[in-house]
Amino acid sequence: MQFAFTEDQLLFRDTVAEFFANECPPEKVRWSWDDAVGRDASTWAALAEMGVIGLTVPEAFGGMGMNEIDLLPILTEAGRYAYPAPLVETVAVVAPLLTESAPAAIAEKWLPGIADGSVIATVQLDDQPFVNDMHIANLLIAQRGDQLFAIPAEHVRSTPQVSVDGARRLFSIEWDEADAELVVSGEAALQAANRAFDRGAAATAAQLIGLSEQMIAMTVAYVVDRKQFGVPIGSFQAVKHHLADAELKVSFARPAVWAAAYGLANGSADVDREVSMAKCFASDAAEVVARKALQNHGAIGYTTEHDLHFWLKRSWALASSWGDAAWHRRRVAHLLLDA
Amino acid sequence: MDLTFTPAEEAFRAEAREWLEANVPVGLPSGDTAEGFALHVEWEKKLFEARWSVVSWPEEFGGRGASLWEWLIFEEEYYRVGGPQRVTQNGIFLLAPTIFEFGTDEQKERFLPRMAAADDLWCQGWSEPDAGSDLAGIKSRAARDDERGGWVINGQKTWTTRGAFCNWVFGLFRTDPEAARHSGMTYLLVPLDAPGVTVRGVERLDGDEGFAEVFFDDVFVSDDLVLGGVNEGWGVAMATASSERGLTLRSPGRFCAAADRLVDLWKRQAAAGEYPERIDSLRSDVAQSWMEAEAYRLATLVDVTGLVKGVSQGARSSLTKIYWSELDVKLNETALRLLGPAAELIETSPDAVDGGAWMKGFEFALSGPIYAGTNEIQRNVVAERVLGLPRK
Ligand SMILES: Cc1cc2nc3c(=O)[nH]c(=O)nc-3n(C[C@H](O)[C@H](O)[C@H](O)COP(=O)(O)OP(=O)(O)OC[C@H]3O[C@@H](n4cnc5c(N)ncnc54)[C@H](O)[C@@H]3O)c2cc1C
Repeated sequence: MQFAFTEDQLLFRDTVAEFFANECPPEKVRWSWDDAVGRDASTWAALAEMGVIGLTVPEAFGGMGMNEIDLLPILTEAGRYAYPAPLVETVAVVAPLLTESAPAAIAEKWLPGIADGSVIATVQLDDQPFVNDMHIANLLIAQRGDQLFAIPAEHVRSTPQVSVDGARRLFSIEWDEADAELVVSGEAALQAANRAFDRGAAATAAQLIGLSEQMIAMTVAYVVDRKQFGVPIGSFQAVKHHLADAELKVSFARPAVWAAAYGLANGSADVDREVSMAKCFASDAAEVVARKALQNHGAIGYTTEHDLHFWLKRSWALASSWGDAAWHRRRVAHLLLDA
Repeated sequence: MDLTFTPAEEAFRAEAREWLEANVPVGLPSGDTAEGFALHVEWEKKLFEARWSVVSWPEEFGGRGASLWEWLIFEEEYYRVGGPQRVTQNGIFLLAPTIFEFGTDEQKERFLPRMAAADDLWCQGWSEPDAGSDLAGIKSRAARDDERGGWVINGQKTWTTRGAFCNWVFGLFRTDPEAARHSGMTYLLVPLDAPGVTVRGVERLDGDEGFAEVFFDDVFVSDDLVLGGVNEGWGVAMATASSERGLTLRSPGRFCAAADRLVDLWKRQAAAGEYPERIDSLRSDVAQSWMEAEAYRLATLVDVTGLVKGVSQGARSSLTKIYWSELDVKLNETALRLLGPAAELIETSPDAVDGGAWMKGFEFALSGPIYAGTNEIQRNVVAERVLGLPRK
């Protein structure tokens, strides 16, 4: 028994964290809000160079051949720095899906490009009305019932939707089967879609942990600094208890998220339940933390001039994508009670 | 990351399971009543004879030298088969770690084997009428008696759990009234049959005589009953308190077993077909309760991974204490809502579901946020010592 990351995994995480600290500071997140495209190719390329983008691509296709456990700390850092590009879609969901389910020709066509950073992939499963980052994607993987298709981006017609998180880019899409290649169909496709959904949910949960940790850190720094009545507001018990509650929520969501990654990487028989618990707890935690963070900041946190709102809005968006807490709680209830 | 146990650990589990399944008593009355307590002590002696009472202790003191992982496994198995709450817990889980850390060899030999065997039964004497959360405000005094080589105690302890049934109390006493608040206290071990000790049982919320007041009237204790240094009791007591907050007192096994019973209760209520709408509306609450127990188990695996490598939980044990106490309330509350009109029936009522265990469990759970340092105090600790907010 060893419920911890290895030295190597932590070292890789630290390298990526340092990269994000330099390349994705809050000013960059602000730029993503303001810029029409909101994504810069150089950061993605640098992450590919570091092995992050090809982390889950098999070595035979130029990737690192690593698993969900290796990826988890990286996604947590991406959340901490509110990095807006589609790591969840490309790295956590599409690359493993193509690896496991695509015929050789399709895998060979797309996976090397994912690994070297030249292919950005996004995904739409049934019941997911919007697609992330269609505007920069080269490849869409989409589900229609018991079929999964690969569609080159030029064949996808998209209409932008506007998220409360201005750094996100969401689209409604349409495409024709004539332009699509069949990846997998039948029972195998349903299983692949379910696995893809689990991976997306767990990866989003990992980002929510990083977002929550960062909101706590920002709030702690603020309440130590900000004085009212001649003392730091962090010395008031009501403020302390808000923050203790926030820390409590994240502390008990975090191991659940780790367990989900472990379950995915090891083909656990209970992986659906493990993932749903992780997403449920991470979503709930992020919502509580966001509330506490805003309350403890007072009016400055209620402006768009202060950086806090980037994290608040990202956490609202991610808390409800890939299944919100209530959806995942119902799924756990079904797995526990209807068996 | 590896969430599997070794073959040796699995063999330990199998051995524990086999013995517990054959021996765990069913339907013992509450250990917080005089008759119940006696039956629990019988059970504790049986556990000891099979060397299951203190698995993690060294063999010379009656244990098996089990690792922390094996201890967790034992706890899982113990509660999975419905093992009763341990009336020896304040000794075994709270005092013993402190004796291992601070005790003399003579004290270890004198107290630990008898504690493991349930020959001595220990209660803890921190709280006083005017010192609850503010433990450093205790007033009970122990005055130096050089002639007899010991200390003479006067004062009162209160809320002493199972004090009316135990034969020893450990606690803090003021030995230097001049010293600053957190110094000048000494950790003493006091036999409750010593001349000058009076114990009065107090009925708890659940109707059991689980509390006691302990009065000390010129009670003499000799120097060999000082645990740790004279006037150094605060530091020693903090070690005991961190065991109480952390995982030794409340291992996940207990909550996971209760969560599984809650799932089972939901299924039984659903199958019974009464009030289908209410049962249906509680699905998410049952799932949430179950997940909270599971989250506690997972968090414990992280903590124990650290502990095994020598990384202590430190002030984070306050997060642990808040979490297990609140999840225990939630679990029992959810069960009561499943029971609806039968929720209020207690053990002596003929139609009580599961022998009234859920109301009993609910009442007990409600004390969790109060004892072992209230959850408000724990939130202060988390804010100040985990997050680094200013004290003043
Ligand atoms: C079932 C049970 C078993 C117990 N067993 C034992 C035992 O065996 N031995 C023993 O010595 N004691 C025992 N206790 C007593 C327990 O340790 C105390 O109840 C606890 O320390 C709180 O003290 P108090 O009851 O005096 O409450 P108080 O300290 O008076 O607190 C009352 C309320 O005020 C709040 N409060 C107090 N100070 C602060 C603060 N600084 N900030 C915010 N809120 C504050 C508390 O959180 C609480 O909500 C037991 C209690 C229970 C319920």
